[in-house]
Amino acid sequence: MRRTILKGIAVAALAGLMTPAVAACGGGDDKGNPAAALAEVTAEGVDDGSELTLWTRAPLELQAKALVDAYNKSHKNQVKLTIVPNDDYVAKVGAAAGSGDLPDLFAADIVYVPNWTKAGLFADLTGNIGKLPYADKINQGHIEAGTYEGKKFVLPFVLDLSVIFWNKKLYKEAGLDPEKGPATLDEFKEQALAVQKLNKPGVNGTYFGGNCGGCGVFTWFPMVWASGAEVLADQGEKSLLDSPEAQKVYSTWRDLQKAGAIAPGSKDETGATWVAAFQENKIGVMPYPATLLPTAAKTVDVGVTAIPGASAGAGSTFVGGDGVGVSKDSKKAQQAWNFLAWMMSEQGQVDVLAANNTSPSRTDLADNQYSAKDPRVATINKVAASPQSKTPVAVNFQQAFNAPGSPWVTLFRNQVYGDGSSLAKDNEAITQVLGQ
Amino acid sequence: MKPTKRRSEKGWVYAMPTAVFVLLFFVVPIIIVARMSVSDWGLFAGDQGWNAPENYQDVLDDRLLWPAVWFTLKYTVVTTVILLALALGLALLVQESTRWTGFLRTSFLIPSALGLASASLLFYALYSPQSSPLDFFGPVSFLGTPGKALWSTVALIVWRFAGFYMLLLLVGLQGISADVYEAARLDGANRWHTFRYVTLPLLKSSIALCTILCVTGSLLAFDQFYILTKGGPDNSTITIVQLVYNMAFQGQNNLGRAAALSILILVALLVLNALQFRGLRDKES
Repeated sequence: MRRTILKGIAVAALAGLMTPAVAACGGGDDKGNPAAALAEVTAEGVDDGSELTLWTRAPLELQAKALVDAYNKSHKNQVKLTIVPNDDYVAKVGAAAGSGDLPDLFAADIVYVPNWTKAGLFADLTGNIGKLPYADKINQGHIEAGTYEGKKFVLPFVLDLSVIFWNKKLYKEAGLDPEKGPATLDEFKEQALAVQKLNKPGVNGTYFGGNCGGCGVFTWFPMVWASGAEVLADQGEKSLLDSPEAQKVYSTWRDLQKAGAIAPGSKDETGATWVAAFQENKIGVMPYPATLLPTAAKTVDVGVTAIPGASAGAGSTFVGGDGVGVSKDSKKAQQAWNFLAWMMSEQGQVDVLAANNTSPSRTDLADNQYSAKDPRVATINKVAASPQSKTPVAVNFQQAFNAPGSPWVTLFRNQVYGDGSSLAKDNEAITQVLGQ
Repeated sequence: MKPTKRRSEKGWVYAMPTAVFVLLFFVVPIIIVARMSVSDWGLFAGDQGWNAPENYQDVLDDRLLWPAVWFTLKYTVVTTVILLALALGLALLVQESTRWTGFLRTSFLIPSALGLASASLLFYALYSPQSSPLDFFGPVSFLGTPGKALWSTVALIVWRFAGFYMLLLLVGLQGISADVYEAARLDGANRWHTFRYVTLPLLKSSIALCTILCVTGSLLAFDQFYILTKGGPDNSTITIVQLVYNMAFQGQNNLGRAAALSILILVALLVLNALQFRGLRDKES
């Protein structure tokens, strides 16, 4: 216990010792300045046998490894991949940014990207992205999240989409149509209640991360979008999470909680195990990360549909996942761009990502040989391109929503477990953090 | 006069290596943290210059600060009382029993061989409704309410540290000479009298050491709450060190503010430890 604070002091001290180096790196020669190097390079970048470093966080390990392996096999440049545990990633990037030791390439949770581009961690890629022939087909949610003061800094690395998964076997037992998932929030509620009524021990209608801000963002924001409303306004400085559309979402979950249709573990779920119960055939229907379809399909007969809103429509998804860019500290920006350009190409998007059941980040590649094989994958790719699918952009996103103890967690817990009367006050607390 | 002076010079030389290490690894970092605490110092942006006393002001205005202080104090009192009482009981038990001493000592000590983070993970699995083997009496919720979360964590800490404090007290117990007990017996003291008037007073310094360790350790609690509750439910189990971590790395990404809170904690701990030492010294003399 005592060690922790010493460690904290040590980390802080280390960052302190190293920071003067950052200021020293500001100007300087072309070789040390990634922006200048990137301005000169061709659309394909340079493949001259350099060694590049790439950091990403653990949840994207599968896709990152597949991309890096395929790139290393077909190029002279060699990418060395470092996977960092999810909870440590921000701290690690922060320490490296302070000391000027960022890797050539690094990925960032797309909701943190606005904060990180503002802090100047990435090199400007505007010109390079513009040279790509399919620039306008790249997922716009990610591109916009990575745009700061008109400059583009990141490309989509891996898309992590939220969709509704349902358990076809449990649906059949409950007398529901196993081939038809919920098209509206009310249907979602009815179907969850129907599964709950089976009264099978250990089986519940639905599940959610009751103490996990990130899970709530990922699975509930799309319900608001699908109802035709927004969650943020004023460039991410104002919260609209008290709208009638948002209230409809909260009341849906509150009713489910009252009926006992949400698994009891939900209430203290911090996000570490929120996807587990479904994979054990214990949950009827719930919003779920689409990237886990191959994993869940091993144990469960999964049905997939878009996240519904109040009325039937195209549905929505949270276009999450990670963006990737060239770091401000890269000495090999031209080679790093070579990796990014290849990643966006058909080889990277279809032969690697789509082959690993991950949605391509280019709309023109949404229909491919792999999505043709599994209609569920086609559903996921289609919803990614829906106009109601979004990536929220806010500089203080992490603090307002994802951080433990964030005002958003307070808001939705009051809505689900309380009577919901504190909505205006709780929403104001989010706006206050967003505007700091 | 002269030899004394030479002796004191020699003393300084002997103390030098320690002094250098203390300076390098304690004093210097603290100075840096102190500087950070009066600067506008973001995690990504680095040092943006002097801004005192804004960081301290922000820390004191933080909506989670006072609940965190209150919770940390409550947790410290609960843990210390339970842990020391239990450890003393275990130590006496182990000392009394001759036949099972080895077995008992080992079984109480084994949890101490597990790192706190691993122990927390073990209890996480134990408490999780998805994996808990304790769900035979209906659905379990060990962390669902503020009270349950506190007591579940206390249970983990007691399990993890009781053996360690037992060992410390056992060393103290064994340091008490058998003659004293014999004298007490000759004077006709019964078990309770022996414990109250012989064992406890002679064990005072060991108990003092345990108290200081336990209080300081509990005030700086982090791992167990970080893993088990993440400060939930409803921010009811955020400890003060967790708040430091949150300020630095979880959203605010503000090293200056985190440093300011660290400095405040350091000062509070110094005062507290000084008081504790003083109180204990008074009793001894």
